Amino acid sequence: MAIDKFIKITSTAVPLPIENVDTDQIIPARFLKAVERKGFGDNLFRDWRYTSGNKPNPDFVMNKPEYSGTILAGGKNFGSGSSREHAAWAIYDGGFKVVVSSFFADIFKNNALNNGLLPVQVSPEFLEEIFETIGKDPKSTFTVDLVNQKFTNNVTGNSYDFEINQYKKECLLNGYDDIDYLVAMKEEIEAFENHPPTP
Amino acid sequence: MKTLFDKIWDAHVVKQVEDGPDVLYIDRHFIHEVTSPVAFLGLKNRGLKVFRPEQTTATPDHNVPTTNQHLTIADELSRNQVEKLKTNCKEHGITFHGLGTEGHGVVHIIGPEQGLTQPGMTIVCGDSHTSTHGAFGAVAFGIGTSEVEMVLASQCIMQPKPKKMRITINGELKPNVMAKDIILYVIAKISTSGGTGHFIEFAGSAIRSLSMEGRMTVCNMSIECGARGGMIAPDEKTFEYVKGREFAPKGEDWNKALAEWKKLKSDEGAAFDKEYTFDAADIEPMITYGTNPGMGIKISKNIPVSDGLIGNDKASFQKSLKYMGLSEGEPILGKPVDYIFLGSCTNGRIEDFRTFANYVKGKKKAENVVAWLVPGSVAVEKQVREEGLDKILEEAGFELRQPGCSACLAMNPDKVPAGKYAVSTTNRNFEGRQGPGARTLLASPLVAAACAVTGIVCLP
Repeated sequence: MAIDKFIKITSTAVPLPIENVDTDQIIPARFLKAVERKGFGDNLFRDWRYTSGNKPNPDFVMNKPEYSGTILAGGKNFGSGSSREHAAWAIYDGGFKVVVSSFFADIFKNNALNNGLLPVQVSPEFLEEIFETIGKDPKSTFTVDLVNQKFTNNVTGNSYDFEINQYKKECLLNGYDDIDYLVAMKEEIEAFENHPPTP
Repeated sequence: MKTLFDKIWDAHVVKQVEDGPDVLYIDRHFIHEVTSPVAFLGLKNRGLKVFRPEQTTATPDHNVPTTNQHLTIADELSRNQVEKLKTNCKEHGITFHGLGTEGHGVVHIIGPEQGLTQPGMTIVCGDSHTSTHGAFGAVAFGIGTSEVEMVLASQCIMQPKPKKMRITINGELKPNVMAKDIILYVIAKISTSGGTGHFIEFAGSAIRSLSMEGRMTVCNMSIECGARGGMIAPDEKTFEYVKGREFAPKGEDWNKALAEWKKLKSDEGAAFDKEYTFDAADIEPMITYGTNPGMGIKISKNIPVSDGLIGNDKASFQKSLKYMGLSEGEPILGKPVDYIFLGSCTNGRIEDFRTFANYVKGKKKAENVVAWLVPGSVAVEKQVREEGLDKILEEAGFELRQPGCSACLAMNPDKVPAGKYAVSTTNRNFEGRQGPGARTLLASPLVAAACAVTGIVCLP
């Protein structure tokens, strides 16, 4: 069950300049009842995307035809709250490969990386420029290059060198996941169990 | 010189991956019905068995109804998830506490109750409020479903080591100030992202003065300031709480464990990446007015104004108040309340029920208020009855429901209707958290009791 590889993409971006987008907004709890990993994309941002009468909310960015792309640009502290991995699944199933923000919540970041969804943390100023660029022209494109760890605004030409743990980078570039790694370590884990260090 | 967190974490590192995360050994794993099915499916697809089934304990809590638990669960999807957990546990030899059984309850309530939660352990669960168990001097934190699968497959996860933060609260707490007020105060001070990337140790005389239940409430909500987890060094109160519980060490094992547990504290002069110190005397009964747990104020104060904010900060603040139907600068005192919820992994323990019952004793529930009182576990429910608290509650017009997460996240039928105000002892006031359109005001069990009686936001 490897994850999809991520190397480099160029795409338009969907702007969501709201702060503290929590995982209850990304996918409300009442949609967490599946026992398989499918269909979560349909309920991505459910209560923002649809009105209480289940009609698409024309004011929500994902329902505006001018915005599209595989990059989601979110306000700071993106993914706070619940540990539900369904949030990462919903964003990924909803067609996104990258979330760019100036700050991510820890658990969300881990969950995203474990599913081939790349969280790119940039400076608040760089994020503001992304929002401005999309605001001027929704067809503006951005390039995310994982090998060189660069997020480039193709309109202004500015790029941001983002950080990523080198182990996770290798996993994404090659489509590996942690479970393969851990299962292969069985003997070391058993040895640890037999002689655990004391605190 | 090491911090408490370092001591426990370092003793559980099986391997340090070069330029990568640590492979961390997990002593105790809790699972529930929502974040585990896809992990079991993953195991199946890889042809793997659960590596150490005796180190995992399961309970269905998120989805379950809080009335008529002896009947089949009406909601098909919920029923399916609960059934799936049961069959997965059976297949893999994992202890499962089904509805209505003695050990059933909210996962973070039953762990400590059964003595599964012990000082010095690493504890994880596919639930962000796993931080609760840190109250015992354990390194406990929430994980995603991929990580649940890792623990099932290998009893390990891969985690970068977080930074360390210490929050010290010294001094004496004012009357009517509870553990919940402390943590709401802290989150309001450092914001919902102030703890991100860090593991918090709570210290100081005000923290020491708390009961184990109170300490659990504080650690429970450390995730709400973004922290990976929170913890408190174990002391005599901790040992006393653990002693004699079902899975606590016994006899000679107890003495050995106790000797180790007594070493669990931060060394004098150990370095923290960040430190905060607060004065207990500055803390008053708190309530939230917005849509994240950092939007909390002293109940006696007015809702803040957006004057100093700019750009997205201002827009987010205004969006939040609009959702809540509240205005900048107005008092929160006197606002009408429609629902009261006592329960959840934050405040669903016996002490919370005692507090609530003692306050409403001899008073009456306000007629405009719907109250849901949901014990955190079957054991809590039993104790409530043993202590006669159920009678006090009944006389005041309240009824007790059955254990579960209930209206904290409204996955079950306990949903607050759109536009209604709920004073809730839970942990999150996000938009729609307690039901689509529901408006949540987070507060302590004591404040909830006071509001239940008056039907408006008030001080106890």
